[in-house]
Amino acid sequence: MKHRYLKNVTTLTLSAPQCIGCGRCAEVCPHGVFTIIDRKAQINDKNRCMECGACANNCPVNALSVDAGVGCAHAFIMGWLTGSEPSCDCSGGSQCC
Amino acid sequence: MSHHVTPFDNTAPWVTGMLSTPQGDIPIVSTQLTHKDITGTWKVRWGIGRMNYKIKPGLYAVGHPEPTSPVLVSANYKLTFDSLRKELAGLDTWLLILDTKGINVWCAAGKGTFGTAELVSRLAKTSLSAVVTHRTLILPQLGASGVSAHEVTKKTGFVVVYGPVRANDIKAFLAAGNEATPEMRTVQFTLRDRLVLTPMELVPAVQKSLPVLGGLFLTNQFARRPLDKHDAAAITGALAAGTVLTPALLPVIPGKAFAWKGWLLGLGWTSGYLSKVKRFKKGNRLLSAGELLLLPAISSFFAMNFTGSSTYTSPSGVKKEMKKALPWIIGSAVAGGAMMLAAHLFGRRDAS
Repeated sequence: MKHRYLKNVTTLTLSAPQCIGCGRCAEVCPHGVFTIIDRKAQINDKNRCMECGACANNCPVNALSVDAGVGCAHAFIMGWLTGSEPSCDCSGGSQCC
Repeated sequence: MSHHVTPFDNTAPWVTGMLSTPQGDIPIVSTQLTHKDITGTWKVRWGIGRMNYKIKPGLYAVGHPEPTSPVLVSANYKLTFDSLRKELAGLDTWLLILDTKGINVWCAAGKGTFGTAELVSRLAKTSLSAVVTHRTLILPQLGASGVSAHEVTKKTGFVVVYGPVRANDIKAFLAAGNEATPEMRTVQFTLRDRLVLTPMELVPAVQKSLPVLGGLFLTNQFARRPLDKHDAAAITGALAAGTVLTPALLPVIPGKAFAWKGWLLGLGWTSGYLSKVKRFKKGNRLLSAGELLLLPAISSFFAMNFTGSSTYTSPSGVKKEMKKALPWIIGSAVAGGAMMLAAHLFGRRDAS
């Protein structure tokens, strides 16, 4: 069953001119966002991107970028309340990952 | 002279022997989980001892690995370690266990602790380059959020190959010559995956509710309209709707945002239950109206929290749904809570 989340929100960008078609992004993406066609990576379905950052981390030529931050609701709330960046350095004790 | 490559806890029941190498003795780990391991898993799923369920990082052996045997890299959260080793029966491999402070691979990768720096450091500390003659590391695919493969190669000469998402595909992956099918590379979020996470949604929610329930117990002593077992059931059901039912039914509930799904289930429960126990009759209306505003908001809030445990929500999406949902959740919770409090403290004494 394919899970679908909100559309058109991802911060993922791919710079085709820089791409060397090494295939690392397709290897690491947990949701099959990329395919390699004619030695270039292409985005199949942007809306499957969960901004985990694996692709950008492993692109040797920095052709990919994404805002791969914390995805935890609690962290966002605390960040908004304290006016700081959300972090997963939890003082939430046993409730945090 | 033999020394321990890995300063492991030698009372660990999952070590079945020692492998001598020129670099020192390396603990051999069992691929069979024991009753104690299963119980340990169950406990951490319920949040008991969860922040301290770890093993010492370092180099371990499965079976009787040679200098040519593959190296699998993983995290020192014991649940991760157990999930991995139980899939390796009959294999001869090295296990390089990173210090992720007892956190699983994917979360640690997101935080950076299952990362390039720790991997490079652990390679040096275990002298892995002297133990194996090849220069390949097989990492769990979900470690890629924290590890930069080309950086690792630049710094150590080791080549990173990303293995399958799930440990139970490792044997097939290795047999195919380190090849993964698209299915092996895709993360799921099955019913079982979702259900095992619900205790860690429910338990903190109940803990948070205790002071409120305690307060209500006190006010019940002098309130004009004490809360009774039907109110308790309604509240409990709303908590369960947000923390357990929404995760369980996630893909079949209409809508994409978790807050919305939780609100729908919470509203369905509250209105259905209150209707069934005839709480929309005269004398109960203010209390019930308050419950109709507050309880779905509670369910919505906890369902929204489940985004942090899911395998497919993006931070951008979560931020968007929170910015939309929070004002409504807070607004209806405050309004509903105020109505409930008014009915409870000052309402009709003869209402039932």
